[in-house]
Amino acid sequence: MSRHVVATAHEIPEGGRKLVTVRGRPIAIFNLKGEYFGLLNRCPHQGGPMCEGLITGLREAPMPGDYVYSRAGEILRCPWHGWEFDIRTGQSYCDPERIRTRFYPVEVATGQTVVEGPYVAETIPVSVEEQYLVVEM
Amino acid sequence: MNEVRTQPIPEATVASKVAVADGDIHPARQGPKDYHPWLSQRWQAHLDEYGSPARQGWQVGPAYPKSQPNASRRDAYPPEGGRPGSSLGFMQQQHLDTNNVALGILNPLGSGQGVQNPELSAALCHATNEWQLAEWTSKDSRLRASVVVPYEDAVASAAEIRRYAGNPAFVQVLMLSRTAEPLGSRKYWPIYEAAAEAGMPVGVHAFGYGGNPVTPGGWPSYYIEEMTGHSQCQQAALTSLIIEGVFERWPTLKMVMIEAGFAWAPSLAWRLDKHWKTLRSETPHLKRLPSAYMRERVWWTTQPMEEPEPRAHLLDTIEWLGWDRLIFATDYPHWDFDDPAHALPVRATEEQRRAFFLGNARNVYRGCGA
Repeated sequence: MSRHVVATAHEIPEGGRKLVTVRGRPIAIFNLKGEYFGLLNRCPHQGGPMCEGLITGLREAPMPGDYVYSRAGEILRCPWHGWEFDIRTGQSYCDPERIRTRFYPVEVATGQTVVEGPYVAETIPVSVEEQYLVVEM
Repeated sequence: MNEVRTQPIPEATVASKVAVADGDIHPARQGPKDYHPWLSQRWQAHLDEYGSPARQGWQVGPAYPKSQPNASRRDAYPPEGGRPGSSLGFMQQQHLDTNNVALGILNPLGSGQGVQNPELSAALCHATNEWQLAEWTSKDSRLRASVVVPYEDAVASAAEIRRYAGNPAFVQVLMLSRTAEPLGSRKYWPIYEAAAEAGMPVGVHAFGYGGNPVTPGGWPSYYIEEMTGHSQCQQAALTSLIIEGVFERWPTLKMVMIEAGFAWAPSLAWRLDKHWKTLRSETPHLKRLPSAYMRERVWWTTQPMEEPEPRAHLLDTIEWLGWDRLIFATDYPHWDFDDPAHALPVRATEEQRRAFFLGNARNVYRGCGA
């Protein structure tokens, strides 16, 4: 396991996403109101590129005719078959017990700590002034 | 925010993937004027003034919403702009090369099929056929065209089939499943006669505009019911083809059922056989059990494939139909695309996999043999 610097924090605006590659693995990084989350960019169903999916909210109905919309901006739908995933956990909604997409915690680190290591910055030139997104893998 | 920022993903090399056929590719027009080179001025002016309303009552566009815009994968928009499926270059890069497609069957939708004005329907279908030659099959030798026919006018359809009977770029006749009358009706027989004569299977793709509700029980509320309704619709079509005696009348005719599933087929066959044993004298023109016609004369494209739990049930279904009956298909660029790397999640022998992914298509489409 090592800690990989994948982007500067300001590169991904609120509600935005960015595809990065860590140790050959494509990972989609999402910014939910200043919190960052990483999901493997391959849908567990058929491998669709998750980073290109629609970001939406959660639609639930305790019973027909009674609808609840919540968690706007926190649900990702695969760009192919539309399977829904929780960006915070990778959990699916079509079969939550069995199907989840690989989830990678993303942490924000200051430039000062990143420069000191033990971080790996594969493609990002780092400086002390910036804040960086770090994935451990 | 749904602005997408991406960087290239390392793809598996083509050499590492087995070659596949794709029995259902949808090339799209860039815009309505793409057909103009093959449309007379009369029809160009007609389209400007009157449009091309389909046979479906007072509405424009599909009767049900789609899961994704343009019913397409969200990653299928060509970088140079235009609709998914409208750029050969991007289709080659994203699909044909990446998935090692050795044989791709074009099934153009949004052609002239289902257009209410019969002469306009025929003119648009003909333009679609010329467009397939000019823009697709002549530019990529992996692609083959379907003769798109204005199926509600079977005489015009038969003439269109005969026009391309000698052209090896065309390997199939394309109909849609929502016709005005059940598919085995005598009204459509000239189409089957011309197809059998040309040695082309008749592909029946889901959708179409027959003017009837999309389920036998009427118009449902939800898109998922339309999706599922495709299998009900093809059950009605196949029942009609068998019972009306189409397969008896043209002993070499083959049908390919496209994009409506196949796991329902065994139970339909069992139902038909059960009833025919008691009602044989009503349809003495049938010489064999209905299931015999289905197993001998019908092929199935796989997408969107049923995904039962446990998966072994899928295997049972395929074994009943025969491993030589399924034609792998992706439906590119549509949203319910099946990826060949994931599409057959059951244990199968090498021989079965080869048949499923390529061999069966080579056998059923004329001139595509290995």
